[in-house]
Amino acid sequence: MSGADLHMLAGAYALGALEADERAAFEEHLADCEACAVEVAEFQATSARLAQAVAETPPTAMKQQVLRRVAEVRQEPPHVELPAPRVPSAPARARRGARFALAASLAAAVALGGVAAWQYSRAQDAHQQAQQAQAETAQIAAVLSAPDAHAVVGAVGGAGQGGHATVVTSHSENKAVFLTPGLPELPSGKTYQLWFNDAGVMRPAGLVAPGASDQTILLKGPLAQAEGMGITVEPVGGSLHPTTAPIALMPFPAA
Amino acid sequence: MDAGPADRASPEARGCGYTVDGPHSRRGDGSEPTFLGTPPVPGQRPEDLLVQVARGNQDAFAALYEHIAGPVLGIVRSVLRDPAQSEEVAQEVLVEVWRTAARFRPDKGGALAWVLTIAHRRAVDRVRSAQAATDREHKAALLDQTPAYDEVSEAVDHRLEREHVRRCLQALTRTQRESVVLAYYRGLTYREVAELLAVPLGTVKARMRDGLIRMRDCLGVTA
Repeated sequence: MSGADLHMLAGAYALGALEADERAAFEEHLADCEACAVEVAEFQATSARLAQAVAETPPTAMKQQVLRRVAEVRQEPPHVELPAPRVPSAPARARRGARFALAASLAAAVALGGVAAWQYSRAQDAHQQAQQAQAETAQIAAVLSAPDAHAVVGAVGGAGQGGHATVVTSHSENKAVFLTPGLPELPSGKTYQLWFNDAGVMRPAGLVAPGASDQTILLKGPLAQAEGMGITVEPVGGSLHPTTAPIALMPFPAA
Repeated sequence: MDAGPADRASPEARGCGYTVDGPHSRRGDGSEPTFLGTPPVPGQRPEDLLVQVARGNQDAFAALYEHIAGPVLGIVRSVLRDPAQSEEVAQEVLVEVWRTAARFRPDKGGALAWVLTIAHRRAVDRVRSAQAATDREHKAALLDQTPAYDEVSEAVDHRLEREHVRRCLQALTRTQRESVVLAYYRGLTYREVAELLAVPLGTVKARMRDGLIRMRDCLGVTA
């Protein structure tokens, strides 16, 4: 069934009028179609109004019965994606065609999508933030699953500190994604800042949220002709130009 | 039997400012899709309660119950008809809400929409599994267009909402209204609706979508 055909099913879906197999196909489509998701959410809110219009006052005994059952029913835990497998700490080296690792990272990136919105959180309200996070998650997913995605793993910080990170670049997406299971903790007032290396000129590419361990960050700005990326320690809020020596420089594979 | 082109909105039309600006349209007035007459208490919106329920808060569930039990029972009863079976399924739905509350995503829609989607699905599952054994009974009975809201006692809290929805349903074209009512209030699939109304499948799909677009705009629903 084509996308347009599936799109026409939004009404039937929200009215609960699809057979189980069509419902599953539509939900799969829904995951990739933001316009459909918005429409379906509105339609479901509309169906909810139809249900409210036939609301009935339940028998008084029902509440006690339900509360008693609830007290004995174990709740499902929140759905948590397992983090990506830890990449071994190693000197910077290019890894080509690491599709399996990328797929695993993709799962983690989707789960951690909210993290990527951090750098915008002060300026935007929660709604925009959620949309931003969704857009970033989609962009992150696009980079990680791009046919030309390349991963570079590098050590971060001095010996003994044990930090490491992966950067995935895609020229077709013109973006880079930075993944790390955790960077060494910084004194308060300091933050990690990411940079694109444009032939030796460092271009700001966003800050790393403090405190969080697993990080999946879409670098701000286009990949363009950047030759690599760097990480520096900057005052909170970031800098326009690096003010300290980079704790890591990771070269990108050539386009 | 249909109105003309106004009855058909292409998928793209929505993005081009297509609205049905009927006399009852009040889209964008920020009305809460909860019980009229029950002003929302901060921290007591169904969405907030459901988030607390996901953390195992039974008091929050008891408060949420007051918001959802009536509509859950109502829609289940509308689809199933049998009062005893409806109460049983409604209870199962309410327990399922407790059990699976962690799946609720506030950014994907409201709590009532989430709960009532579960309720409708469970009612329909029950009907369809029962019908897999016996053949569907008298289709003539299903053609009875009287929406279920005519048959239930009118609690004061729900009367305004009921009136509003009724007015909006009446503003639909006949095929739109029949498609929406048969699917949602009676639990039919769109194939069954198409057969019952003797119209092509594609027409029914389109009418369901157009009908919901008009209902959405008439009711002033925002996701």
